[in-house]
Amino acid sequence: MKFQDFLKENIVYLDGGMGTLLQEFGLTPGELPERWNISHPEIVTQIHKDYFDSGSNVVSANTFGANCLKFSEEELEEIIKAAIENVKRARDESVSEKEKFVALDIGPTGKLLKPFGDLDFEDAVEIFAKTVRLGAKYGADLILIETMNDSYETKAALLAAKENSNLSVMVSNAYGEDRKLMTGASPSAMVALLEGMGADAIGANCSLGPAQLRDVVYELLDKASVPVLVKPNAGLPKVVEGKTVFDVDAKSFADEVSDFIKRGVRVAGGCCGTTPEYIKELTKASGNFLPCPITDKEITVISSYTHSVEFGKEPILIGERINPTGKKRLKQALIENDMEYILTEGVKQQEKGVHILDVNVGLPEINEEEMLESAVCELQAVINLPLQIDTADAFAMESALRRYNGKALINSVNGKKESMEKVFPLVKKYGGVVIALTLDENGIPDAAQGRFEIAEKILETAGKYGISKKNIIFDTLAMTISADKNAARATLGALKRIREELGCHTSLGVSNVSFGLPKRDAVNGTFFALALENGLSAAIMNPNSADMMKTYYSYRALCGLDENCADYISAAETFELSTMVADSSTKKSGENTASALMQAIIKGFKEKAGEITTELLKTDLPLDIVKNEIIPALNVVGEGFENKTVYLPQLLMSAEAAKNAFEKIKGFMSGTSEKSASKGTVVIATVQGDIHDIGKNIVKLLLENYGFNVVDMGKDVLPQKIVEKVVELKSPLVGLSALMTTTVPAMEETIRQLKVSAPWCKTVVGGAVLTKDYAEKIGADKYAKDAMETVRYAEEIFA
Amino acid sequence: MNSIVITKSYDAPAFCEKEALRYAGCKKTDENMTELLNSCKAEVWEKLSYKVCYRELRVKTDGEVCDFGVFSAESHDLSKNLDGCQKVILFSATVGIELDRLIAKYGRLSPSKALMFQAIGAERVEALCDAFCEDIKREKNLGLKPRFSPGYGDLEFGVQKDIFAVLDPSKRIGVTLNDSFLLSPSKSVTAFVGLTDCGETVPQNKCSNCQKVDCMLREV
Repeated sequence: MKFQDFLKENIVYLDGGMGTLLQEFGLTPGELPERWNISHPEIVTQIHKDYFDSGSNVVSANTFGANCLKFSEEELEEIIKAAIENVKRARDESVSEKEKFVALDIGPTGKLLKPFGDLDFEDAVEIFAKTVRLGAKYGADLILIETMNDSYETKAALLAAKENSNLSVMVSNAYGEDRKLMTGASPSAMVALLEGMGADAIGANCSLGPAQLRDVVYELLDKASVPVLVKPNAGLPKVVEGKTVFDVDAKSFADEVSDFIKRGVRVAGGCCGTTPEYIKELTKASGNFLPCPITDKEITVISSYTHSVEFGKEPILIGERINPTGKKRLKQALIENDMEYILTEGVKQQEKGVHILDVNVGLPEINEEEMLESAVCELQAVINLPLQIDTADAFAMESALRRYNGKALINSVNGKKESMEKVFPLVKKYGGVVIALTLDENGIPDAAQGRFEIAEKILETAGKYGISKKNIIFDTLAMTISADKNAARATLGALKRIREELGCHTSLGVSNVSFGLPKRDAVNGTFFALALENGLSAAIMNPNSADMMKTYYSYRALCGLDENCADYISAAETFELSTMVADSSTKKSGENTASALMQAIIKGFKEKAGEITTELLKTDLPLDIVKNEIIPALNVVGEGFENKTVYLPQLLMSAEAAKNAFEKIKGFMSGTSEKSASKGTVVIATVQGDIHDIGKNIVKLLLENYGFNVVDMGKDVLPQKIVEKVVELKSPLVGLSALMTTTVPAMEETIRQLKVSAPWCKTVVGGAVLTKDYAEKIGADKYAKDAMETVRYAEEIFA
Repeated sequence: MNSIVITKSYDAPAFCEKEALRYAGCKKTDENMTELLNSCKAEVWEKLSYKVCYRELRVKTDGEVCDFGVFSAESHDLSKNLDGCQKVILFSATVGIELDRLIAKYGRLSPSKALMFQAIGAERVEALCDAFCEDIKREKNLGLKPRFSPGYGDLEFGVQKDIFAVLDPSKRIGVTLNDSFLLSPSKSVTAFVGLTDCGETVPQNKCSNCQKVDCMLREV
């Protein structure tokens, strides 16, 4: 029987612990257990056989840590071959009459993925791929990915399994006492991600005993439409009279896990501390249970690296601000590769309360594929909202979906054959909910009926790709009422029918409805309310629009979605506030004098510095503001820092205030032809192998304050990349940062290569471990003990 | 030696504002700084987790090499630190990945906040190590030597590989090692603590073994 078929109809029993048993046979701490497949095959096989004899259907090969980070390719192949043979031999020798399968076991690499660790996502995929190919080659029946404590690494492993074998894949994560993975994902988020990518079973194992895993298991059962797997530890270990014992015995373990099976768990076994006795007790306790049927939960859901967002319970807001259409400042930021601006837009929208961020970086001037991938990676590193990947370029879409740490919302597909052929395979492979526009080769039908028919066609085609309707959200296309008085009615009519007759969720780019009209917000807010009442599930919208937010909060309160109207009341305070602020700023404009800006910067008041600058720009020339106010203020603070009367955080707060003032000036000037003056370009980077960049970021901020154009190459940067950039820009100065002695050699190598290929370029170095002597020894031109010293040195070089 | 790796979670140890401000480079406190510190603290507080995994090892030292049975480390300074100890606790501690996210986020958006998060992280993980060592001292009823980490004195970072093989902290508490022997999450520690029956040991000045004499944090 194929494992896939067995899983459909039966409760599947896995095996229990391996490591703890091998230690009893003499495996020493630090020794790699996978080597025992070759050195002690009889012991490993005996343990496998004991599990089969105890009633396990699936026994995992001793390959948990078998990857090419720990073993050479030759040894890896030998180990996996031997490991699978050991299970096969145990299976053949077992007296049990149950169905028996051999699993290739895959554990985490032990490394953290970028950006917080140093393992690249694609390298992780390749590491797992090598193990998967060998497992498939030597005849594993299925793959068990387990004990993963990071969602991103889990995705890499599952992707590798899917791309390199046709085997069934069960995926299990290690949750902590807080019911989250080490890097933050909830069980619901993992279900969304893994089910989207086609995992055959999803579960939890290790780290906790069965009782502590209960809430995790219930959440998995509540959300998953595939079998749920559980494999707890035998509680916690302790040493009693020199022997390791675990605090949950076989009988209690079996009772707890049987209860999980009764509630719907379909795949069960044990992890650390469990033995064949535990499995025997478990199969005894639950042996006569009938498997609970697997039902499709029909949840339309996407996820980020922390949480899931479900459609249908509440109106969902999708922030539209990261989209260059009609936004000059964002266009400029994209062309200049100014990620900070993009991140700031993301953070601001999150603060306004959106649930999802739309990410569209399509501009003719830039490479959209690279930019979209990099924007997605940057945003998902620091903002925990799910993303909507918004592009018409299928290559860009695939790159972004591949790297996305969760299940994305995809914008968009439409009823054209070509569009569906491009997008649906990506949705199927990477998971995701896709927004489907109700248009096709013949354009957008004028009436609701035509749009409804296109929706039906899209659903039917999606079905052929194995994409169920819960993963499709229809956008019935808001068109402007200034061109066609019936436009809104057609949109809403189609929306209502799709929601009610097809049972699908819907979304709209609300603001299109008012195109060409004055005071568009008023129309948008009302249209939004109408759409919600006609079954709108999500709106792509501008969270800075007060009318839209008022509609959103009012609607929730009116529909009984807001307990005690609490959200409305706290949001109402901000409605009031925004009018008040507007009033007071007009009244007080006389106070926004130049010296006030200088004071705001010296005191480090970021918002105030920005507000005053905006006011000043109405009367003063931008360069005068810089020359007469910002620079003198920075000098006061900078000198204070050098004289030790101002501390580092104060220096930085002032620098940020100045930066905010500069940002206003930049925004003002991007609307004019005037160019801001730059003193020259400094390239900065944290060297290869080093992932600490706070010092480098501080240096960057101050250099920018002082008028230098800074090209920030980020952290963990290869020497060669830095050299290429310096040569390309003919940059006269490079700043390098390293935190620890282990990364100073990379700094030394970078300087050496610079001397060869860019002899004109000076190097300034800094970082916790460096000293003046050390800097001289590695050939740096300058050691800067802090950021101000770097600024002073740059001023010397560019003088 | 039949020892096992034990994993523990702790509640938040008491927060020392002065210590955090010291890590941020403020020798004196002022209202603005305290306000910034407190807003950062409020943002991260609920996201921190305090986890430790440890294992007891036997140790033999000869002044140059420390032999822990399962591996050995060449280090005059560690030998000196563990002089007279038969047993040592090898541990890894972390306050989790969330600080790294905040440091990355504000490193781009507001470096003054990033600096504060950095300082809070340093204070938190040190406080966790202190809490853990207090715990061990009580449990074992023995004195403790000052904790000693790779990179201190002449103990090379390369020893992290052996420490990771023996503790496996990536699986237990999510602490990982990169190719340059840096720990992720960044607010994590690995260290040796010698157990001694000579009663309470006087903690030495934390900075006296360090060669970076122009460090802004140096305590003289």
